[in-house]
Amino acid sequence: MKNNDLPVTEEELHAFVDGELPADRREAVEAWLAAHPEDAGRVGAWRAQSEAIRARYHDVAAQPVPARLKLDRMSYAARSWKIMAAAAVVAAFLVGGLAGWMARGIAAVAPGEFEMLTAQALDAHKLYVVEVRHPVEVPAAEADHLAQWLSKRVGYPMRAPNLERLGLNLVGGRLLPTKTGAAAAFFMYENASGDRFTLYCARAKMPNTAMHYNAADKASAVYWVDGNVAYVVSGAAERKQLWKVARAAYEQIEPRAAQPERGS
Amino acid sequence: MAIPALRRYARALTRDADVADDLVQDTLVRALRSQHLFHGGELRSWLYTILINLNRNRLRTLARRPPLTVIGENDAPDMSGPEAGGRDIERALASLVEEQRTALLLVVLEGLSYRQVAEVQGVPIGTVMSRLARARVQIKAYLDSERPVLRRVK
Repeated sequence: MKNNDLPVTEEELHAFVDGELPADRREAVEAWLAAHPEDAGRVGAWRAQSEAIRARYHDVAAQPVPARLKLDRMSYAARSWKIMAAAAVVAAFLVGGLAGWMARGIAAVAPGEFEMLTAQALDAHKLYVVEVRHPVEVPAAEADHLAQWLSKRVGYPMRAPNLERLGLNLVGGRLLPTKTGAAAAFFMYENASGDRFTLYCARAKMPNTAMHYNAADKASAVYWVDGNVAYVVSGAAERKQLWKVARAAYEQIEPRAAQPERGS
Repeated sequence: MAIPALRRYARALTRDADVADDLVQDTLVRALRSQHLFHGGELRSWLYTILINLNRNRLRTLARRPPLTVIGENDAPDMSGPEAGGRDIERALASLVEEQRTALLLVVLEGLSYRQVAEVQGVPIGTVMSRLARARVQIKAYLDSERPVLRRVK
């Protein structure tokens, strides 16, 4: 009966109330509670809380489900969404030497313009990620059209990177104005749990830079400039995860062919 | 069946019948449209995960326009009748921080195991347990401070 000799922890008291306590500790906890009235009082209070919560909301589950929440009603919407989910896959385009590229250091960039772009991207992120029904203008099902349309409007070839490797599926994209009146391409991705990431791309007359990280309120961003285009990846994720997404996006973005400094 | 349980959970989380059903509807729409993203595991846990994410988004949106988050009629103090106890626990739940309320209701109301809650919230089990513990301390403190008021009303 070695198990019964171990002192009872606070966690075990909660596990006892929630039915999560291993069977071989139940006896020990019961003995402990008999000898410690204060703990017994707390356990009693927690049980009463649980009972009150269940009593309060028990009825809701017993009520008939309203028509708008019936699945057959939603199947139409589901079918069209499913088509959209079969998003066209962009050919993987791996760029070598990312580490070397990132090690080039920070180029002399006018901080004002860069900060402005990042702020715009974050604003767009926060505005659209909360949208349930209209997060994008063009859904991922029309990926080809999306690429053509955005490329035409932003003035350079632009295709949504494929981030499925990270469990992120393209939701779609939209066109956004920048503060300077130019057009920006905006793509949204989401994972199985509904966490959303966005990629904002806008023309910027700036030299190439390394990746930067900017932790802002509620959403953070990783941004860089490559071939006169500024890219901003935003998400509510922690830094490491955001880096991964940004790297994957970078690897998928075709280097600008008309890059003067890249040569040929 | 999952939908009545989702409605119950959403109701306890939001304390508003309409908001709760909107949340469930959005959860179902999203689950249906991203079912290809469901990589096994437990369907129920996945639905709770989506619902919690959507609710967090909703709270963020509300936080951006604070003047609109008026206190609803449901919050009107009513110290009489059999409902009084229910209102007490409702207000006590409202006094919790979001992650604690989310965790406590998953365990107590929905009967999820600690492991499942950890999966839903994307945190270690130890974090779930400390959220539970803090939630229970807070509710007890809330109810203990309310009780004298109730007695005086009687």
